Amino acid sequence: MDYQKMQLTEIADGLKRKEFSSRELTQAVLSKIRDKEPQVGAYVTLTEELALEQADRVDGLFSEGRTLPPLAGIPGALKDNIATRGIRTTNASRMMENFVPPYDAFVWRLLRQQEMVLMGKLNMDEFAMGHSTETSAFHLTRNPYDLTRVPGGSSGGSAAAVAAGEALFTLGTDTGGSIRQPASLCGVVGMRPTYGLVSRRGVTSFSSSLDQVGPLTRSVRDNALVLDAISVRDRKDVHSVGGQESYLAAAGQDFGRPVIGWPESYFQSGDLNPQVREYLEKALHFYESIGARIVPVDLKTLDASLSVYYIISSAEGFSAMNRYDGVHYGYRDPEAENLEEVYTGSRSKGLGREVKQRILLGSFALSEEHYRDYYLKAARVRTLIIEEYKEVFGTIDALLTPVTATPAWPLGTLPQEAGGGKYSNDRFTLPPSLTGLPALALPLGLSSDGLPVGMQLSGDRFSEGLLYRLAAAYEDAHGLLPAPQEVNA
Amino acid sequence: MSIKDYESVIGLEVHVELKTEHKLFCECLTAFGAPPNTQVCPVCLAMPGTLPALNRQVVEFAVKAGLAAHCAIEPWSRFDRKNYFYPDLPKAYQITQNFFPICTGGYIDVPSEDGSKRIRINRIHIEEDAGKLVHLGAEGSLVDCNRCGVPLIEIVSEPDIRTGEEAVAYLRKLRAIARYTGISDGKMNEGSLRCDVNLSLRKKGEETLGTRVELKNINSFSFVAKAIESEFKRQAAILDEGGTIIQETRRFDESTGQTYSMREKAEAADYRYFPDTDLVPVEISQAEIDRIRASIPRLADERKAGYMEQYGLTDYEAERLTADKELSDFFERAVAESSEPKTLVNLILADVAPLYTEDISEDLLNPKSLGQLADLLAAGGINSNTGRRVLKALLEEDLDPAAYIEKHDLGQINDPEKLEGAVRTALAENERAVRDYLGGKESAMRSLIGRVMKETGGRANPVLAEDMIRKALENQ
Ligand SMILES: [Zn+2]
Repeated sequence: MDYQKMQLTEIADGLKRKEFSSRELTQAVLSKIRDKEPQVGAYVTLTEELALEQADRVDGLFSEGRTLPPLAGIPGALKDNIATRGIRTTNASRMMENFVPPYDAFVWRLLRQQEMVLMGKLNMDEFAMGHSTETSAFHLTRNPYDLTRVPGGSSGGSAAAVAAGEALFTLGTDTGGSIRQPASLCGVVGMRPTYGLVSRRGVTSFSSSLDQVGPLTRSVRDNALVLDAISVRDRKDVHSVGGQESYLAAAGQDFGRPVIGWPESYFQSGDLNPQVREYLEKALHFYESIGARIVPVDLKTLDASLSVYYIISSAEGFSAMNRYDGVHYGYRDPEAENLEEVYTGSRSKGLGREVKQRILLGSFALSEEHYRDYYLKAARVRTLIIEEYKEVFGTIDALLTPVTATPAWPLGTLPQEAGGGKYSNDRFTLPPSLTGLPALALPLGLSSDGLPVGMQLSGDRFSEGLLYRLAAAYEDAHGLLPAPQEVNA
Repeated sequence: MSIKDYESVIGLEVHVELKTEHKLFCECLTAFGAPPNTQVCPVCLAMPGTLPALNRQVVEFAVKAGLAAHCAIEPWSRFDRKNYFYPDLPKAYQITQNFFPICTGGYIDVPSEDGSKRIRINRIHIEEDAGKLVHLGAEGSLVDCNRCGVPLIEIVSEPDIRTGEEAVAYLRKLRAIARYTGISDGKMNEGSLRCDVNLSLRKKGEETLGTRVELKNINSFSFVAKAIESEFKRQAAILDEGGTIIQETRRFDESTGQTYSMREKAEAADYRYFPDTDLVPVEISQAEIDRIRASIPRLADERKAGYMEQYGLTDYEAERLTADKELSDFFERAVAESSEPKTLVNLILADVAPLYTEDISEDLLNPKSLGQLADLLAAGGINSNTGRRVLKALLEEDLDPAAYIEKHDLGQINDPEKLEGAVRTALAENERAVRDYLGGKESAMRSLIGRVMKETGGRANPVLAEDMIRKALENQ
């Protein structure tokens, strides 16, 4: 059974009609994992036994004739910064290598209520700090479309698992692009919802004002279906608002005559890969051809976004990381002989280089001496960015932009060697993060090297339904990206 | 120069632990004295991904304190993170209100030599408490997180305090506010009221402030006064010798009564305050403030004015009665049972009020019995000596004063036969007074009656005694 060619709704129907069982489906995914995982390395922890138990449970419920939620019996997986009671949650860090949380993240509780089958916990950049999953303390994750290349990050495991067929859907987290960028590099659909649409409770904080949870899937409708399941209001996350509509239904609505903005500043930079530019221009023409109005828009804050993002996320990250001090839980340096050494030893040995770099950056930006010139200034510029996008979305429905300047770059290298800057390659995903607005990464096709190229569609607050509708129109016309094995074969 | 030429400039930072059932940001209980680490959860242990959820009752309590201290209640305030490492702080940051506190401005009037002195309040803000470390010496230290996340308010005064006595009067007033409003027990020995003292010296008459020293670890009212006095003398001695004061934090040692250096300000931490975006700003509407204001019971100053007007008490009497909420409550219960408030107040101030030390939370004796005792006293059924004796008995056990007086034969003697001996003695041993009376000096009768009273331990019915003395002298 080629589940990689099926929509989740079709799979749900198949399970319901007992055309195949959840155990069969789970076994198929497990054999794919056995086949691919040694090269791809998407998982930190596999929960094979639990998965088969759950699959049998769901098959039992179906055979009793029970009506189950849409994700029941479908194998998925979670980024390893989402707390799962009784299952270790490592954040891909030595510091938390053996941490088994005594609580569930709210989103995992919702998916358990959906009776999904959990295949395991996915690799990521350590504490979600990074953009290639190479800062994971455990192992590399490789891009399923080219095993010599990065899957992106920080939700690299979440993207690679879906691309390789090692999970039918996954959850990732997005602080500055950590869902959209790996989704784009791995050729899957990734949604960063409006800040507050999905609860953050039980999801390790990196930067509280930026972190959001979202789904990664093969298709647009799959993505909407998973967002429907996880966008429920959580009374214990003060920012949580819950879903505004059925996203699956929204994805299927008529295209209509939306106004799509084309921000010239995003396309002017010299480092934009020509093939990426070509795909984006084709997408614009496609939308125009089916009734959209394309308007150029003037956005001035893109370059500022980069500094603002790194100051704010590092400041919040600095504060969020300080709890990993070896005292209450997590790694404690066994050689420490006093409190000072518990702190310095545990943190020096338990945390990786990228995390330390962000801590230092944040510590600097917040220090009494630099607070005004860095943190406070960044917070003020962030307000200007928010105002600029608010104004833009007063006149247009959505923005069409690159996700990254280049397709996936080789492991062990930096994106600038592939034509981007170390951090500037990330800049296109930053405005939605800083403004708290939703944005979706959609695969457009493959480059001449067989690497996925994607685009970002972003919109106003709670415009997820519209973004799914635009993405679905493209996907319906162009079909799903061929799976990696079809490209490499 | 001498020590008399200097004055202290003192500001207090007072932490009041709020008596909410649940912690500030999680649902753990706050009760004092539970076994270590039994009132904890993933949130207050700072496990990854946990989020704070504001306990709105804390906001209400902080507003109550603010209103009682005549502060402006800010319609918009915000939580910030104060970042530092310490094992009793699992998050490695304390959630506090550094930039935008919930209450600003305000004042408290405290009794002073000149009657009353106004101490201005700079701000009141909400923050969370840290845990507790138990040091085992060579074996290491243990952490008890029960107190992590218990709600506090910090009340920061302006540097308006000049003496240890004023500082203590201010603290007593704050404690009274905490207890009157019901937001805290205000017990220094249990740590629900904690006080840091900022103190600098200057020459009297000067306006500039000297170098500030912070005193920590003071846990009773009397130690606050002692620490201030000791630190004043230490600084004055240094200044007198031409030395300079170092800006530092000092710890008060109860056993020696001295302060000792903890750390110099130069090495003080940079807390890297910045807003906590896990929380939204606290917004309070005027309607909510009005509702909270209406829910505050009568406070000390209001009760004081009422007592003066209703019972004709002096400022001093009313101030003393209302300085402590429990004492004031006790008075109100007793006065309801008595028709002699003045006598009752004298009894309470002489023999009951001194017993109200820091931690009295229940009545020490039955207020109804004390009310009855006051009536008996005022009616002359017993004298003041007997009154005090009965009061002592009432403190031991709850009993009916009238029955007790009768049982122990403490009541007034109204039987002439029982007075005869005392009258005879009074006349025999006061020849001069007898002469004076017979010579027409009516006032001599007083000393004769007094003598009968003395003979009977004050139990004689004075009218009967006078009658019997007159009759006896007519026959001479
Ligand atoms: Zn708790």
